[in-house]
Amino acid sequence: MQITLKLFATFRNGRFKVAEQELAEGTDVRQVVLSLGLTEEEIGIVMLNGRHGELDSKLSHGDTLSLFPLVGGG
Amino acid sequence: MDKIFRVNMTDLTTKIEEVPAAWAGLGGRGLTSTIVAAEVPPTCHALSPENKLVFAPGLLTGTAAANSGRLSAGAKSPLTGGIKESNAGGTAAQMLAKLGIKAIIIEGAPKTGAWYNLAVSANGVTINEEKELLGLGNFAVIDAVEARLGKKTGVLTIGPAGELKMTAANISVKDPDSKIRSHGRGGLGAVMGSKQIKFISIDGEGAKPVTIADPEKFKTAARAFSKALLDHPVSGEGLPTYGTNVLVNILNEAGGLPTKNFTVGQFEGHDKISGETMHDTIVARGGKPKHGCHAGCIIQCSQVYHDKEGKYVTSGFEYETIWGLGADCCIDNLDDIARADNLMDDIGIDSIETAVMFGVAMEAGILKWGDSKEMLRLLTDEIAKGTALGRVLGGGAASVGRTYGVTRVPVVKNQGIPAYDPRSVKGIGITYATSTMGADHTSGYTIATNILNVGGYVDPLKKDGQVELSRNLQIATAAVDSTGMCIFVAFPALDIPECLPALIDMINARFGIALTGDDVNNLGKYILKTEREFNQKAGLTNVHDRLPDFFKTEPVAPHNAVWDFTDEEIDEFWNF
Ligand code: SF4
Repeated sequence: MQITLKLFATFRNGRFKVAEQELAEGTDVRQVVLSLGLTEEEIGIVMLNGRHGELDSKLSHGDTLSLFPLVGGG
Repeated sequence: MDKIFRVNMTDLTTKIEEVPAAWAGLGGRGLTSTIVAAEVPPTCHALSPENKLVFAPGLLTGTAAANSGRLSAGAKSPLTGGIKESNAGGTAAQMLAKLGIKAIIIEGAPKTGAWYNLAVSANGVTINEEKELLGLGNFAVIDAVEARLGKKTGVLTIGPAGELKMTAANISVKDPDSKIRSHGRGGLGAVMGSKQIKFISIDGEGAKPVTIADPEKFKTAARAFSKALLDHPVSGEGLPTYGTNVLVNILNEAGGLPTKNFTVGQFEGHDKISGETMHDTIVARGGKPKHGCHAGCIIQCSQVYHDKEGKYVTSGFEYETIWGLGADCCIDNLDDIARADNLMDDIGIDSIETAVMFGVAMEAGILKWGDSKEMLRLLTDEIAKGTALGRVLGGGAASVGRTYGVTRVPVVKNQGIPAYDPRSVKGIGITYATSTMGADHTSGYTIATNILNVGGYVDPLKKDGQVELSRNLQIATAAVDSTGMCIFVAFPALDIPECLPALIDMINARFGIALTGDDVNNLGKYILKTEREFNQKAGLTNVHDRLPDFFKTEPVAPHNAVWDFTDEEIDEFWNF
């Protein structure tokens, strides 16, 4: 299956902004995070198709997954 | 002992008064709102002599506590018709606190057309007639005051917008680089203009360190507090690196980035105006990605933005401004947005109200969507010059909506709704609706918990838990706004258990008192209730605690969310 993976803030350093990724069926968010060389603790916000997701969320074909470190403003 | 400096602009006299016992434990917003509620008739015209303009540093301002240098300004707002407190960084708050000035109260208004400046020093306030600097922009005023009175002089000033009493006019505060921070919201610049005061200078001569009842205890608490600020990923790393503008991409992903005057929740050009792009641009052009709005800020969310030639364009370039002129007006040119930010500082007009206004003006057909050049022209040729059109625009979003017959006008209590769509981030909608200040994100920043996973998580698209979340945050914020602390200390305070107790310990050590967490909570409740009572007497009741109808009837993409709270559910907010 294919998903769109978007990275933000410091996660872009040495990586990319957005990429299409070919994944095995049943892959979850955690596996994608680890495959990027990131740790669970570094993840601030997971968004799956514009809604908050979890590290355990299973991915489906055509999903957009966005990963942010803990950041904020106001 | 701290003193109250009182200035009467009707008979041009000044007084130094003892602090009444009831005000002794108050500072910042708690003090300005208490004074306004006690001394201003709620039904008065906000630009009449009956209104009073009050400045107060926070309870911890002037101490070594990190991030404690904010100044509160309060009055009845000519924009909302209710009570207003707006706080800002800059150098003034710490100078006032070290001069032992608990508050400055400015009342009355001159009987003639003459304009004045106020000179504040350890000895009191003098009122001087001012001719030379009338009509000038804020940057020129700051330069001229420094040339007249010395580089270290603190300055509070209004630009042409304040002189013309526009309801979006702000009050500018000189920052440590002689640039500008603003008491932005609610038209306080017009109140200063109505008193015919062009600027207030502050002479720091004779300033003393503020007295600390228990210095050892203070030091320990201050250290724990700073550590919490630096340890939290948002205040320790996110804000200094990307500033508040990191939110563009986050809100865009979440579908809560109001675009094209609140008709959709995502902006095509988001990447061009994002915090990430801005950071890279600033670094490439030799600007400063991090910068503090006052000495003692260790978070440093501000920045200095340069143009392609490496010349200064603006600083304190905030998410809300960039969102408003960007996504909400469909402008994807960050350089033009930065230029507009600088112009707004110079003219002395609130950058949130003005950005929301431009979205409504585009909907009205005054200028085309995305036309940043015409936007810049309207700022310089119409608003700054006070033409008839300029005055309509300078009145803010509601003024333009009313004049041009636009029905999609994103305001609450006449004040423009900022950068988070209340349909797709419902907690902030409760804050916009119920805040005593009119639509104001800072008064109960539910984005932390709705979007940023700070202080837990409450699903932004569901109604559950939003009223309680907003209530808790508004109570806490009212208390924090009384300490002189920047509101961004809330990020660590929501997550790190040592942070809030350290803040309370600092207050206790400063004054030799023994406040508990409950006392601080009660202070927040007292402030909100005092402000609410003023508003009710001024004619703003629960029917004004509502969002505009279009949020109920127009679903916003991508989630097709609508505002679906009933009136009774919103009114639950005040059950405390
Ligand atoms: S974090 Fe930002 S707003 Fe807060 S005190 Fe520092 S520079 Fe000012």
